[in-house]
Amino acid sequence: MTLTATSPAKASRPLKPRRRRSVWSYWRFYLALSPFYLLFLIFGLYPMASTILLGFQKWDGFTPRTFVGLQNFAFLLEDSTFWLALKNTVVLFFMSTVPTLAIALVLAVMLNSAVRFSSVYRIAYFIPNITSLVAAAIFFAAVFSTNFGLINSGLRALGIAAQDWLGEPWGIKIAISTMIVWQWAGYNTIIYLAGLQAIPREQYEAAKVDGAGAVRTFFSITLPQLRPVVLFTVVTSTIGGLQTFTEPQVMVGNTGGVGQSGLTIVMYFYQQAFLNNDYGYAAAIALSIFMLVLLFTAINWKLVGGRGKQ
Amino acid sequence: MRWQWRRVTLHVVLALAAVLSLFPFYWTLVMATNTTADIYRFPPKFTLGSQLDDNIRAVLDNVAFFQSMGNTVIVAVSTTLLVLFFDSLAAFTFAKFRFPGRNALFVILLATMLLPAQLGAIPQFQTMAAFGWVGSLKALIIPAAANAFGIFWLRQYFSSSIHDELVEAATLDGCGFLGVYRHVALPSARPALAFLGIFTFVASWNDYFWPLVVLTNPDHLTLQVALSSLNRSHGVDYSMVMTGALMAMVPLIVVFIVFARQFIKGATEGAVRG
Repeated sequence: MTLTATSPAKASRPLKPRRRRSVWSYWRFYLALSPFYLLFLIFGLYPMASTILLGFQKWDGFTPRTFVGLQNFAFLLEDSTFWLALKNTVVLFFMSTVPTLAIALVLAVMLNSAVRFSSVYRIAYFIPNITSLVAAAIFFAAVFSTNFGLINSGLRALGIAAQDWLGEPWGIKIAISTMIVWQWAGYNTIIYLAGLQAIPREQYEAAKVDGAGAVRTFFSITLPQLRPVVLFTVVTSTIGGLQTFTEPQVMVGNTGGVGQSGLTIVMYFYQQAFLNNDYGYAAAIALSIFMLVLLFTAINWKLVGGRGKQ
Repeated sequence: MRWQWRRVTLHVVLALAAVLSLFPFYWTLVMATNTTADIYRFPPKFTLGSQLDDNIRAVLDNVAFFQSMGNTVIVAVSTTLLVLFFDSLAAFTFAKFRFPGRNALFVILLATMLLPAQLGAIPQFQTMAAFGWVGSLKALIIPAAANAFGIFWLRQYFSSSIHDELVEAATLDGCGFLGVYRHVALPSARPALAFLGIFTFVASWNDYFWPLVVLTNPDHLTLQVALSSLNRSHGVDYSMVMTGALMAMVPLIVVFIVFARQFIKGATEGAVRG
């Protein structure tokens, strides 16, 4: 058999007149790629297309499906629980992402200048990220527990009245976002650190020669150079944040706790689909999640990616 | 003098962040080695106790822990092996060979990474029902056996680390496609494969949404789902539930610490290149 290795991308590439080959002679390559595409067809594309169709139908999983047009989407617009879940998701996203990325940036800049113990710090910061979400959510629920939780013990020691963290709408949101910050700040620190280390030294030396101070250097060299990495972290945090499920589901249960203030949009989807068996409506919710992710990603791209990117 | 102080402040802040990062593990250990009454008094007990045995026994009485862990190990190990094989084969093909439709197929691959996983959960559940896989571990392993992220990530690595001359030389020596893959591609991609392997293992071990949906038999769960149901039914017995959480975390943390350097290096390379 013959193999067609890609020639090195040199300008002086010899122009070999290639014989036309039948598509079938490449079968080995298509076979090597087939597992991913087959699995994607069955478990990715088909469910996706089916969900779009389902969004226009009514179905409980047993009786035949009926076509209902835009009814699911019309109901969605008037469903106050849907809007509440949407609001909760966006609020939680900001409450967790902004501190996460700010802390990560500060730690990364500091880590970039401290040479000693750097790898110990990095491992310590990364460990929360590989910890099971369920275990971490159980832990944070215990720490924020009203009667005997560690946070309330701390407040009591300081002479401040205990708060009913998990029994109060804002308390629930604070507990959930604290957990997300704990789990993701270290991960983003490591990513920023890698970005910082990729900035050429000469740029800093040039700034020093020009007499720029530390703050000026940070804003005129570090931040602009870090832009693609910041975009990466903002996009991944957005995609993850808009799909928050496990943290609130384990901490306050399927209903989202008091006043449904921990109910996220993916939890609402889960509720409607797998607890209420209202599959058509759940599909409409799923599609709205997808649109939301696209919208937020596009906004991020505009804000952070912005001009100056090729 | 001023310089010294800056150093000290720097390390104080960095060390404080490390303590906050790691404190939950210590506190989990404290809760797991004491009785619930010990932790929930004021001021709470901050030191390790001697109740670990009793707490572990309580966990084992209330949930099929070892069976769930066995299921999780089966799922995580088989998913990881399948992903490593399928993803590296596809990535190598994309990185080193030309064939009709290559670019179009690669664009499709990239586009699939944008789709939220939960979007197709309902029809996927119906598909599992049609296959008779609801409640079975196959429903977790097969759909996860190859993924776009791994192929994309490994392709970057193969493109930059394997020279075309090497592929050509191996071909001239009589190596077929699989031979080049085995003798040239795999050995040179060991660090990248290690990262993808750990990444897949961790993600699979911690997966919650899909197992929660598809594992309908309460006697046949993965560790995360079992832990969550233990929390739901015995939420007040904190030291017992925290012992369960500890038992579910430990294997993964051990795996991570062993491979930490490679893993962190891999995680950052992907982000900076991509």
